[in-house]
Amino acid sequence: MASTTVSPTRMVLNSLKGKLKTATRGHKLLKDKRDELMRQFMETIRLNKELRLKVEQGLTEAFGALTVASAVMSPELLEQALLYPRQSVELGVKTRNVMSVNVPQYSFSTKNAEDGEIYPYGFAQTSGELDLAMEKLSQVFEDMLELAQVEKSMQLMAEEIEKTRRRVNALEYVMIPEMQENIKYISMKLEENDQSTKVRLMKVKDMVLEQAHDFK
Amino acid sequence: MPKIAVMGGRETVIGFKALGLDIFPVANGAEAHETLHRLTHQSEGEYAIIYIEETTASEIMSDIAKFKDKPSPAIILIPGRDGPIGLGQTALQEAVEKAVGSDIL
Repeated sequence: MASTTVSPTRMVLNSLKGKLKTATRGHKLLKDKRDELMRQFMETIRLNKELRLKVEQGLTEAFGALTVASAVMSPELLEQALLYPRQSVELGVKTRNVMSVNVPQYSFSTKNAEDGEIYPYGFAQTSGELDLAMEKLSQVFEDMLELAQVEKSMQLMAEEIEKTRRRVNALEYVMIPEMQENIKYISMKLEENDQSTKVRLMKVKDMVLEQAHDFK
Repeated sequence: MPKIAVMGGRETVIGFKALGLDIFPVANGAEAHETLHRLTHQSEGEYAIIYIEETTASEIMSDIAKFKDKPSPAIILIPGRDGPIGLGQTALQEAVEKAVGSDIL
């Protein structure tokens, strides 16, 4: 539907043509972006699904072991044993640009790299079950970190895909058809003007001739 | 240096203490809401990742949803002691539905 607000002049026509060109190119680019994002998104969800299953399984095991440990030891003793960690985790956050989405990348390092350092307690008063639980927990932690990275990326990408898709649709179904309609409207109007000018000129010519030569 | 926080029931989070993470035991939804607010608003992005136990998270879903489109922090749901209750999977499905338009999993 051609909107009535456009004035049918050559200047508007030219600028509309330019806009249409830009819109068409933008539409193509955004469409490519959407497709590529979608492809990467699919990969990410596959990874996410795997990791989540792995983490859920690992954590269930670790918690199971911890429950056994807490059954063997008194709760106070357990809490005491874990209260002062010998290890501290340092997290590095970088961002990676995936199709203009800044997704996080985590890297972590522990202050004490030795394996034995995950046990912040002496072995005398604690049970072996606790050792087992801690070992499992520290194993699953690496997957947890990766899960955090993948899941956050996935959420951000989902957001961006939604936005891009909306833009593509707006361009494809609203902006571009509207501009084409307007261009058609203006060029028709201009042609009409041309024709009416021509007729007027012919008419004037006739009148002038009539006066000059006294035609009947 | 960004840090990692773990939020949830006392028995769930205690194990993570030994790994060197910061733990925040919470007992109920109101407390969880309070703690999450403290972790995210008052600490100036000190925590880059916040793990929340599913059962705790179920009470503060609307708070968590606010962080979905923000680059930081990443809020990740983890199963509690009683095993997964499927909330983490739901989050995945929601994102897929948002991006694709239908549930394709």
